[in-house]
Amino acid sequence: MLRKPDPLSDTLMTVSLGPQHPSTHGVLRLELVLDGETVVKAIPDIGYLHTGIEKTIEKEKWQQVVTVTCRADYLNSMGNDLGYCLAVEKLMGVDVPNRAQDLRVLFTELNRLSSHLVWFGTHAMDIGAMTAFFYAFTERERILDLYECATGARLHQSYFIIGGCRWDIPGTFVPLCDEFLRGFPKFLDECKRLVTGNRIFQRRTQGVGVMKRDEAINWGLSGPTIRGSGVNWDIRKAEPYSGYDTYDFKVPVYDTCDVWARYLVRMEEMEESWKICVEALKRVSEPGEFVADHPKLKLPERDLMKQHIDVMIHHFLLASEGFTVPIGEVYQSIESARGELGFHVVSDGAERPYRVHMRTPSFVNLSALPAMVEGSLIADVVAVIGSIDIVLGDVDR
Amino acid sequence: MSQNSGSQNLGSQNSGSRTSDQAQSAARYPRYADASLIRAKFTDTIEEVIEAANEITVVAKREGLLEFMTWLRDEPALRFDYLSDVSCVDLGEFASPRFAIAYHLYSFAHNHRLRVKVFLEEDDARLPTMWDLWKSSNWLEREVYDMFGVTFDGHPNPLRILTPADYEGHPLRKDFPIKGY
Repeated sequence: MLRKPDPLSDTLMTVSLGPQHPSTHGVLRLELVLDGETVVKAIPDIGYLHTGIEKTIEKEKWQQVVTVTCRADYLNSMGNDLGYCLAVEKLMGVDVPNRAQDLRVLFTELNRLSSHLVWFGTHAMDIGAMTAFFYAFTERERILDLYECATGARLHQSYFIIGGCRWDIPGTFVPLCDEFLRGFPKFLDECKRLVTGNRIFQRRTQGVGVMKRDEAINWGLSGPTIRGSGVNWDIRKAEPYSGYDTYDFKVPVYDTCDVWARYLVRMEEMEESWKICVEALKRVSEPGEFVADHPKLKLPERDLMKQHIDVMIHHFLLASEGFTVPIGEVYQSIESARGELGFHVVSDGAERPYRVHMRTPSFVNLSALPAMVEGSLIADVVAVIGSIDIVLGDVDR
Repeated sequence: MSQNSGSQNLGSQNSGSRTSDQAQSAARYPRYADASLIRAKFTDTIEEVIEAANEITVVAKREGLLEFMTWLRDEPALRFDYLSDVSCVDLGEFASPRFAIAYHLYSFAHNHRLRVKVFLEEDDARLPTMWDLWKSSNWLEREVYDMFGVTFDGHPNPLRILTPADYEGHPLRKDFPIKGY
């Protein structure tokens, strides 16, 4: 005979949230120990999407690795490629031409927009605002069209290569991108009117998932999550790469340390990214180099290959064997849409990386989740997961 | 630039309009901490200070590592309050020492970085945990344990993280089979 559970008993209940729950943004499983509706303990269980990317990288040639790195954080694929390319360029001592840097800035910022739009839609949907999702994904679709126009792919572009970009943007890209950027501020205004002013949304997010400044630093938070905790730290400003120091943009910081602050940071960040995009598009409209003029990185010209056998041999060796990178190790980090994305690249002087370690922002941010949700209500857990904007491909790699 | 001498013109890459880019490049790389500050202290723990590729690496011994890291965190001139990354390199199954653990530190106050590196033998691959100094070490150290089998003494939750709990072997070791497993 089944005994009816006593609602007033003091026993704790364990609930498994995920791994197929849509609000966990992928295959995250949370083991929640509950006392009534209050979370006593939260244990994240990850690894469902572990594909051994770091092991795969060791078997790829230097230039091929970008096809793997962009699959880790699939919403911020351009940023992942950029981090890896910058690390290898630092190891090789290669200088990337200014226009290639501007192309990189343009696409990483477009990528930040598209990534934040996914966050905006899903985060609002988790809290119960369904409409925002459709708006955000329609606009994101237009950014994916831009990628497709320039790179031929919508999600895993592998557009950045060591030394610059794979090819120049086509002539049709600039007007298309211009049209998108013209309409974007109006769209962002609509989003704000839809969600930011919503009192239900505010009540669900204000004072939830609080992590104070010192704690946030100690837990290693980064990106919009740490800027919501009052830390003014953006790697694009602190350690500028790809010429970010030549762009005019602000770093939004809020110090209420809750889900609401992180929401405001990302919404303002979209405005700033838009500003950078407008400036970068102006710069890339001028013709120029898109890849460093380096014999290891730039493929020989077709005409020369037909005239000289040694150029042909050079092309053949580059395409088949690849190139070597000087012995050494570097750590290069960039500001991805989620935070500090670091690449620890070790070379033993061969055609393949000896070891590449990815310090992914979602992984470290997620490790602080228990500290944010313990003691709060179970419904807030969903809001907090949305606010740290994890991508499980980035967590598990 | 003409490509007709193939890979031989590696040396002539820095010609032409590259000067303006190179002026930028000095600012492009992240700043690293002042090595002379670190060299003066902890002479027993520090084996070597390497400056390469615009980065500074401190090679430290395991003995005294925790005290050294605490000093790096609390010393006002350094103030490494942020542990960015814990990464491990397997130097090969016949190498001795076999593992190199690299801690990547960052300081908000001074906006500089540092890499601290510890070499470990395969049969004695253990380190003190940095949990008491930086909580971000929690999962990063678990990942190193999972992927390489390096254990961290005093870790609050020393379990596998990315692979299943009953998994055998450590996938990122160089002798881990990648075919037919």
